Amino acid sequence: MSTFVLLLATGLGLGALYFLVASGLSLIYGLMGVLNFAHGAFLAAGAYAAWWAAAGGLPGAGGDGWGFVLATAFGVAVGAVIGASVELLLIRPLYRRHIEQVLVTVGLGLVGVALLRGIWGADPLPFPRPEVAAGVTTIGGAAIPNDRFVLLVAAIAVLLGLLALLRFTRIGLIIRAGVENRSMVEALGIDVRRTFTLVFALGGAVAALGGVLGSVYLGSVSPGQGTSLLIFAFIVVVIGGLGSLTGSAVAAVVVGLVQQLANYYTASGVGDLSVVLLLALVLLVRPGGLSGRAAA
Amino acid sequence: MRAISTEPVLELADVHVRIGGSHVLQGVSLAVAPTGVTALLGRNGVGKTTTLRAVVGLVPRTGSIRLAGDEIGRGRTPWVVRQGVGYVPEDREVFATLTVAENLRLACPDPEPERAALVHELFPELAERSRQRAGTLSGGQQQMVALARALLPPSRLLLIDEPTKGLAPRLVTEVAAALERVAQVTPVLLVEQNLPVVRRLAGDVVVLDAGRVVHAGRADELLADAGRTRELLGVGSKS
Repeated sequence: MSTFVLLLATGLGLGALYFLVASGLSLIYGLMGVLNFAHGAFLAAGAYAAWWAAAGGLPGAGGDGWGFVLATAFGVAVGAVIGASVELLLIRPLYRRHIEQVLVTVGLGLVGVALLRGIWGADPLPFPRPEVAAGVTTIGGAAIPNDRFVLLVAAIAVLLGLLALLRFTRIGLIIRAGVENRSMVEALGIDVRRTFTLVFALGGAVAALGGVLGSVYLGSVSPGQGTSLLIFAFIVVVIGGLGSLTGSAVAAVVVGLVQQLANYYTASGVGDLSVVLLLALVLLVRPGGLSGRAAA
Repeated sequence: MRAISTEPVLELADVHVRIGGSHVLQGVSLAVAPTGVTALLGRNGVGKTTTLRAVVGLVPRTGSIRLAGDEIGRGRTPWVVRQGVGYVPEDREVFATLTVAENLRLACPDPEPERAALVHELFPELAERSRQRAGTLSGGQQQMVALARALLPPSRLLLIDEPTKGLAPRLVTEVAAALERVAQVTPVLLVEQNLPVVRRLAGDVVVLDAGRVVHAGRADELLADAGRTRELLGVGSKS
């Protein structure tokens, strides 16, 4: 029983991490129709920025307490700035040219990983583990590492924050309308390009948060970390329904749990295969994903 | 007493639009009167909708487009609209997943009281349905949302594309009545296939054929000439 509870908590934590990465992807695709393959680089850059800040690069930042909060905020800010810059400099000139966008973001992802490797090396670096995440909590006889709960709380906060942004703010109203009919939003006198930049910045920030918390969970940060998480994040976005945040949240939980349970109860590696099979099954039965939104 | 301007509110000069390999507008020049309704007529596919889309910048265009004397033909869509051009597209294009209130708030978060009162006067039903998703409204109700959306901001000109298309006869009459009232406040460039509606609303007409202006003049004069109407539009002017 305790093993099952531990698997459940770990699966939920992993799902939360997938959601943090997938939510930005989902927002960006939903509004702009851009499949951002550089999202993994945003994540890794945010994680490295937080690591650098915590290692003494940023005064006041550190590996625990408020110092770690400041390091995380710095990583998130770096993710946001990178996201906004990529949109302004690389994506904006390529609106409606989807093949070129894919090529640019794939290239950027590769360059990002190479850049991080060039600066900090290819080996994983030990990532600070704040005290709140280092402890364990016993539930149902299982000693569950607290980092799972940190991931869950962060993912729930991000989900609620993004839903509130979409539901209650003018920017959210523009995003929801833009997902449906971008040209008509512009025909109402609203410059959607500003919203695009904001959404990219938001996606970069959330990806960076995922990078920081994912590094806490893994205990290290490495240049290729974003790329491996990105694959599962894409699967989550497709299963959830392209552009649907709540769909992505549900899909992330399902993917995290399936992966953990399959890995434990069958053999190591079967979890990844199960997730791919789940993706195939969902696409066959419900091509638009859980929320019913298919790629245009 | 202020003099009423007789200068056109909108002037197009030698406007060209190329979409893909097609030369859709081939040097369109026209003027829209500063008051009332100017109807843009022509057979299907001659470039009426493209003309409206060119004015608001939804298609790439060349040539001169002047709004009350100011050049707007090189601006992007949001900027053109903010200069005071309201646009009601063919097929309404309301945001189906947003509520009626959200559709209107998106167009104008803080409308002037007179504008809000006019919308309320013209379309009282919208207030009752403010929390309903626009996608669940009837065609006529969606047209009301589309018109209200263009009316709320302080527009200097409204471009309205086939507002009666696909509506039941009773709704056509209601929409025409609303447009009549709207035109008292803001000049309108109207694309319309329904000639009785044109007869009721339009002071001037411009007729397009194959991407060019082939006639411009008073609406009553053209519609009184059944032969000329048939020649230009391919339909009779009676009904």
